[in-house]
Amino acid sequence: MSEAVRELPGGETLLAVQDLRVSFATEQGQARVLDGVNFDIGRGEVVGLVGESGCGKTTLARAILGVLPANAASIDAGSILFRGEPLLTLPVEYVADTIRGRRITFIPQDPFASFNPLFRVASQIDELMKWKSPRAEAGRRHGLWSLFARYPRARRAADRASVVDLLRKVQIPQPESAIAKLPHEFSGGQRQRLMIAMSLLPDPDLIIADEPTTALDVTIQAQILKLLRALVKERGISVLFTTHDMGTAHEICDRITVMYAGQEMETAPTAEFFARPAHPYTAKLLESLPRPGHEIQEIGGEIPALIDAPGGCRFHPRCDRASEVCARERPPARAVGHAHTVRCHHPLVALES
Amino acid sequence: MPTVAGLIALVFVISHLIPADPVALIAGDTASEEHKAAIRALYGFDKPVHVQLGNYYLQLLRGDLGKSLFTSRPVAEDLFARLPATIELTLAAMLLAVLVGIPFGVLSALRRNSAFDHAVRLVSVSGLAIASFWLGLMLQWLFAMQLGWTPLRGRIEGFPPPGATGLLSVDALLAGDLAAFGSALWHLALPTVTLGFPALATVVRFTRAGVLETMQSAAVQYQRSMGIPASVIVWKYILRGALTSTVTQIGLLFGILLGGAIVIETVFDWPGIGNYAFNAILQSDYNAVMGFTLYAGVVFIGVNLLVDLVHAVIDPREAR
Amino acid sequence: MKAFIDLLRKLARDRSALLGLVIILALIVAAIFAPVLATHPDAAWEMNPVNRLLAPDATYWLGTDRMGADVFSRVLFGARITLVIAIIAVGASLLIGVPIGLLAGWYGNWPGDVLMRTSDIFLAVPQIVLAIAIAQTLGPSIENVILALSLTYWPWFTRLVYAETRALKNEVFIESSIALGVPPWRIIVLHVLPNVASPIIVRTSIGMGFTILTAAALGFLGLGAQPPTPEWGRMISESREFLPEAWWYVLSPGIAIFLVVLGFNLLGDGLRDILDPRIRRAKNV
Repeated sequence: MSEAVRELPGGETLLAVQDLRVSFATEQGQARVLDGVNFDIGRGEVVGLVGESGCGKTTLARAILGVLPANAASIDAGSILFRGEPLLTLPVEYVADTIRGRRITFIPQDPFASFNPLFRVASQIDELMKWKSPRAEAGRRHGLWSLFARYPRARRAADRASVVDLLRKVQIPQPESAIAKLPHEFSGGQRQRLMIAMSLLPDPDLIIADEPTTALDVTIQAQILKLLRALVKERGISVLFTTHDMGTAHEICDRITVMYAGQEMETAPTAEFFARPAHPYTAKLLESLPRPGHEIQEIGGEIPALIDAPGGCRFHPRCDRASEVCARERPPARAVGHAHTVRCHHPLVALES
Repeated sequence: MPTVAGLIALVFVISHLIPADPVALIAGDTASEEHKAAIRALYGFDKPVHVQLGNYYLQLLRGDLGKSLFTSRPVAEDLFARLPATIELTLAAMLLAVLVGIPFGVLSALRRNSAFDHAVRLVSVSGLAIASFWLGLMLQWLFAMQLGWTPLRGRIEGFPPPGATGLLSVDALLAGDLAAFGSALWHLALPTVTLGFPALATVVRFTRAGVLETMQSAAVQYQRSMGIPASVIVWKYILRGALTSTVTQIGLLFGILLGGAIVIETVFDWPGIGNYAFNAILQSDYNAVMGFTLYAGVVFIGVNLLVDLVHAVIDPREAR
Repeated sequence: MKAFIDLLRKLARDRSALLGLVIILALIVAAIFAPVLATHPDAAWEMNPVNRLLAPDATYWLGTDRMGADVFSRVLFGARITLVIAIIAVGASLLIGVPIGLLAGWYGNWPGDVLMRTSDIFLAVPQIVLAIAIAQTLGPSIENVILALSLTYWPWFTRLVYAETRALKNEVFIESSIALGVPPWRIIVLHVLPNVASPIIVRTSIGMGFTILTAAALGFLGLGAQPPTPEWGRMISESREFLPEAWWYVLSPGIAIFLVVLGFNLLGDGLRDILDPRIRRAKNV
C-alpha cells in the first residue's frame, strides 16, 4: 500500500498543542477540564488519544476545532499551532472558513444523530461541498450574505463526481441513488461510512475522529477502522483518534497518548505502548482489559471531580507508586525510549539519560 | 369524524338535555302555553331522547342549524354571510403571529440571556397574561381616541369594493382601489394586533424553545465542527426544525384565535361570526348560539386535521 | 414535607417565579382582607350616583365608576370573586379530570378509548366557545360560570394523567406490584399518583391563569356576575361606554387581571422548570 507524503509548512509537525488549559463554568464552580496538555501530531500520522470518559479528550478535540461552547468554556492558557499558525489567536471567521471543514475535518461519535433528519443525504453532502470542496474559493462570504451565496453549476458536476467516487471507495452501494435517501434509511455502519467520506471530501490535512466507532456494533467496528486507516494512509492525512477503547486504538493508531483527568500521561508508538507501558495508569489500563484466563482487574478509586482536582499529578490518589512529590509537582515529560515519553515521577520503565 | 359526531352529541346534550325546560328557552319566557305546546311538537321534545338525537343529526346533515330567533333567518345563512370578515381578521392575526413571532423567537434563542432576549421573553409572557378584550379597549383608547391614528371600529370607510373573496383588503387590492385598500388595512390594524398578540407570544415561546433545543443537537454540532457558515446553520437547518414544531402549534394557535375572535369582534364592531355570537348571547338567541358553537367546533376540528396532514408532509420521518 | 421545602428553596432561586409567587400571595391577601384594605368597603356595593365617574384623587384612589362606587374597593372585592371562581373551577376540573385520566390510563383498551374520545370532544372546541354555550343555557351567574369552566377544563388534566399512567403501567416496579396481588387502587394511589403529581401541579398553576382570563371574558360578555357584583370582566364591559374620558374605569380591572394571570403564569413556568427534568437539562447547557 503506497503511503502519500504531504508537504507542510512548519515542517514535520502538523499540529502542536502546547500547555493548553481549558475550564468550564458549572453551578458548583470552575471545572479545570484540561490542565496543561501537551500533544502533537506529525505528518501523515494516526495518533490515538486514549482515556476514560471525562478525561478531556472530547474537550481537546473541540478546542482544536474551535467549537467549544463560548458561554461555558474558557481557554485559560496555552496555544495550538496548526501548520505553524496559532489557531487560538487567528480571527474566528478565518478559522471557521478556511480551517474548519477544510484543513481540519471531523468524524463524530454518533452517526445516528449527526445527520439532520429532515434533509436528504445528498443535500447535506452538497451543502458541505458548496462551502468546503477543494474547488471552492476560501474566505468569500460572511455573515448573513452566506444565505444568498449560490453553488456554481460548473463546480457542481465536478464535485458530484468526486462525491460518487469517494462513496464507492467507502463501499456505499450505488452511490448516485443511495444519497437521494433520508438519513434514517441507512444503517449505522453505512452512516459512519458516509461520515468518513464527508471528512475526506474537502481533502484535509487532519481529521479529528471523536470515538467514531463507539456507537457501532462490535462486528462493524473493525471494518470501519480498517477502511479509515487505508483511506488516510493513501492520502497522507493525519488523524487524531479519540477513544476509551484500547482495542480500537491498537487497531488503527501509529502512536498513542494516554490522558487522565485533563492531563496527558504517556505517549508512545503503538507497539511500544502495549509492550512497555511506562506510566502506572497505562499499566493499570492494560491490565484491566479482559483477557482469557485472567480475572478482570479493577483500578481502585474514582475519577476526580474536576472542580477540586488533585494537585500535581492528578492520578496520584489512585497510584500505588505515588509519593509526596507527586501531589506537589506535575512531572515533566521525559523520554523513556524512542519517541516514547512519560510524565511520571516514578515511571515503570527507566528514563533515558 | 367520530369526534365531530361526538361534538354534535355534546351540543345536543347542552342544548336539549341540560336546560330544565328547553321549550321555554326557545320560545322565550313570555310565550303562552299553546305556543309552547306547538314548539314542543315542532321540535319533537315529546319524542324519546334517542329519536330526538337522531333527528338532530338528520337536521344537521341537511345543513340546517335552526332559525335565528332574532333575525328569523336560518342561522347557517347568517353565519355564512359573516364568515369572510372573521377569516380576514383571523388570517391577518395568524400572519402577524407567524411572520413576526418566528424571527423574534429565533433571534431570542441565538442571543440567549442578552437584554434583547429578556425583553422578548418579557413581552411574550405578558402576551399570555393580558385579557385580549381589555387590550383591544386600551389600544382603541390610545390609538383611536387619543391619538386619532386609526379608526375606531368597522372594516372600511365608505362602500366596500366589489369582490369575490369577501376579504375587503384583498378585494380592494384586486380591484386596484388603493384608497379602499388603505382604508381596509387601517381598519384591520388594531383588531389584528389585539387578536394576534397572544398568538404571537405563543409562537415566540415555542420557536425559542425549539431553536434552543435544536442548537444542542448533534447534527448542528457536526455542521459547526465542519465550518458551515453560522447563518446557514441557523436560518436553513435550525429554522426548519423549529418550523416543524411551530406547524404543530398552529392548531393550538387557531384555537386561540377562534376563541379570541368572539370578544375582539365585539370590541371593534367587526361584523364577523364572533360578533354575531355575542349579539346572539345578548338577545338570548338560543339557536344562534348553539349553531355558532357547533360551527366553531367543526371548523376547529377541520383545521387540526389539516395541520396533521401538513405535518406529515413536512416531517419525512412521520411518513415511515 | 422535606420535598416541599426543597421545592420552595429551588423556586426561590428563580427570580421570575418568585415574583409570580409574590403576586399570588398579594392576591390572596387582597381577597381575604378586602373589607379591611378597601377604602370604601360599603361603597363597593352601594350606589352613589352623585359621585359617578370621578377621576382618581385622594379619596377615590382609582376613581369612581358609573354608579359612583369606588373603583379601588371594587377591584379589591373583585379579587375575591376571581379567586373563588378560579379555585373552584380548576379544583373541580382536577377532581373530574384526574380520576378519569387514571382510570382511562390504567384500564386502557375500550374503556380508556371511550374516555379519551370523550375528552377529545371537549377539547375539540376552544374552551371559551363551549363555556359560552353552557353558560348561556344555564343563565348568567357566577355559579354557572364556574360550572361551565369546570366542565371545559377537565380534559387538560385527563390527557396529562392518562399519558403518564399508561407509561408508568409498563414500568417494572408497577408490574411486580400487580404480580404480587396488590389491589389496583392501592397501586394507583401510592405509586402512580405521586409520579403524576408534578405535571398536575404545573398544569394547575397555568390553568388558574387561563381560567381567570376565560372567566373575565365570560364576565365581559355578560354571562357571569350580575351587577352590582364587582367582577373584573364585567367592570371592563361596563366601562366601555365611558371611554375615552373615564380611563381609570377600564384601566384598573384590566391591570388587576394582567397582574394576577402573570403571577400564575410565572409561577407555573418556574414550577415546570424545576419539576420537569428534561427542561432542566436543556436550560443548563
